[in-house]
Amino acid sequence: MSSIAIRAEGLSKRYKLGSSASYKTLRESLPGFVRDAARKVRALGSGSSQDDIFWALRNVSFDIGHGEVVGVIGRNGAGKSTLLKILSRITWPTEGHALIHGRVGSLLEVGTGFHPELSGRENIFLNGAIMGMRKAEIAARFDEIVAFAEVDKFVDTAVKHYSSGMYVRLAFAIAAHLEPEILIVDEVLAVGDLAFQQKCLGKMSEVSRAGRTILFVSHNMAVLEKLCQRAIVLQNGEIDYQGDTEDAIHHYMNKMLTTNQADGHTFDLSEATDRRSPVGKLLKRVELYTDDELPVGEGIRLGSGLRLKVHFDLPKPTRSFDVGLGFESMFGQRMFTAHSLFEPDRPTEERIGPQVFVCDIPSFTLMPGLYTVKIWLDINHAEADQVNYAARVNVMESDYYGSGKAPWNGAVVLKHKWYIQASVADTLHR
Amino acid sequence: MTPDTLSHVSQPVVPTTIVEPRRPFWNLELGHLWEYHELLFFMVWRDVKVRYKQTALGVAWAVLQPLMATLIFSVFFGRLAKMPSDGIPYPVFAYVAFVPWQYFANALTESSNSLVASQNLIKKVYFPRLIIPMGSVIAGLVDFCFAFLVLIGMMFYFGIRPSSSIFLFPVFLLLAIGTALAAGLWLSALNVQFRDVKHTIPFLVQFWFFATPVVYPSSIVPAKWRMWYGLNPMAGVVEGFRYTVLGKGHPGPMIWVSAAAVAVMLVGGILYFRKMESTFADIV
Repeated sequence: MSSIAIRAEGLSKRYKLGSSASYKTLRESLPGFVRDAARKVRALGSGSSQDDIFWALRNVSFDIGHGEVVGVIGRNGAGKSTLLKILSRITWPTEGHALIHGRVGSLLEVGTGFHPELSGRENIFLNGAIMGMRKAEIAARFDEIVAFAEVDKFVDTAVKHYSSGMYVRLAFAIAAHLEPEILIVDEVLAVGDLAFQQKCLGKMSEVSRAGRTILFVSHNMAVLEKLCQRAIVLQNGEIDYQGDTEDAIHHYMNKMLTTNQADGHTFDLSEATDRRSPVGKLLKRVELYTDDELPVGEGIRLGSGLRLKVHFDLPKPTRSFDVGLGFESMFGQRMFTAHSLFEPDRPTEERIGPQVFVCDIPSFTLMPGLYTVKIWLDINHAEADQVNYAARVNVMESDYYGSGKAPWNGAVVLKHKWYIQASVADTLHR
Repeated sequence: MTPDTLSHVSQPVVPTTIVEPRRPFWNLELGHLWEYHELLFFMVWRDVKVRYKQTALGVAWAVLQPLMATLIFSVFFGRLAKMPSDGIPYPVFAYVAFVPWQYFANALTESSNSLVASQNLIKKVYFPRLIIPMGSVIAGLVDFCFAFLVLIGMMFYFGIRPSSSIFLFPVFLLLAIGTALAAGLWLSALNVQFRDVKHTIPFLVQFWFFATPVVYPSSIVPAKWRMWYGLNPMAGVVEGFRYTVLGKGHPGPMIWVSAAAVAVMLVGGILYFRKMESTFADIV
């Protein structure tokens, strides 16, 4: 098919983990060192050794059409960077192959190859050449690049004298003016101040509208959703899901939960992986109920009540303990924080052992969608235990306003009322 | 016809790349290398521009290094040890050898370290990796030119006319470049995997220096060994320089041995480099 830009078939990448022998004494270390050196020399030609192996990417296949903008989602270590590196030909796959139709420009890091001693002008040419641009192309876009980077006055200054902001802007400006048929981008938008990030985003969508194929890795779900029509979710080196961006993000968010959870009701925190426990794993479990004291199943309806019961242990008798709940959107943005400190009638008597702290939210009015909950426990105002992505709340549409119209656009829903001020209407009609 | 096929027809042919695990070792993709000749140019240009930045003496260093070495050896070997110099004034005899030698030693050191020094590039951008050691070897030529200018001045001073075989001089320069590149390919690729190389290079250069007739004439090597002596390509280069620039006698068949040795080292170096290239980004 002619409209395919990238076709990956069974891409796999195996890494060898270096043996982590730690030498104790000189007597032990010497033979070990000699053995190690001998083993390395033997491995020189054959490339085989008994080191542990690790598959960074396993049997990854997909097609990307010309002009498609595709996002790659996954946790750190899921294989995103490895995939981009293979497609950019920086590293070789161990198995499988990919066909790429068109010139590839990859932006795995901006400013690669910048030399601090060279001027901005010189670095534009050097960096452009490294990125695969021809000298004539760079010369033709030179003014545009300088203007985009907003460094006009300093273009003949050595970049080592640049502020970090200028440095990054120049680097991105060069990258943004690459015009390959296929662009591979890794999180480079996380540079510069907010205004420049907006400018970069604008450039990216401009590029995508120009019919270029883009493969884009980001942790910023909002950006992904805005730019990409389709997304691939990677988990442990394998494709976990691919499809429509919104569905892919939903899928990913579900997988993000680090806790054991059979339904939308009970979240067991004992096995949570993404947690920080300076005092101990004190947080045990969280349960979600609707206002009727019914366990939450699929989700709660917009505007209905939500009761969260946080089960935790107090190892020592204490009067001062607090629980916080952070509700985060699928874009990683904190939407709402509930904290027991805000409670005027907060319990102050001394307690020890298993506790259940209940948080009642009479009307949960975040917009329909998936939210993750971060839970933390403070004892004597110091962090004792904290679990990220501890629970998930699915807010479903409801007839919140009683008008049969589902709310749209925005992050929260607030009760509001519309009416015509009678006296004004009277004045006008008179 | 769908819009897709239409646009495909009207568009120029786009290059197709195949990313796959292995590639036959004889496929050197030299044509592909040519696509990146501008990058090679920029790498060389960067190395040249940056080399003497923030130094007080600047490019004078290119001349000072062989000059100082010549001075030292003229005193100790020429004056005190009375080393024979085939009837040429010892300073010129030594300097004409130091010019290619210094080039070679610097190019070898720079290129051996080049891949490791460019690891940020290697991990983040694709281009044929051969460009990196090649760039280091070529960048050294600028220093070589400055040092060579001084050689011309020196010949004027000592009243030595260039020989009629001066037109062969570029051949020996190429031989020097080839030797530096060959050694650089081997050592840079090895250095990626074994940083031991970095620590070995000072000794290697020193040993190679004394194995090369820089401060002594190859005529002190017994005639029956001289052929074998040519296995050190730099011996051929240095004697070739004396032969073409100063008009000293033809160094004999050892030159051919040197040329053959370079050819073997270079081909082996390229093959080894290409074989290891696929692992650079992962282990550097």
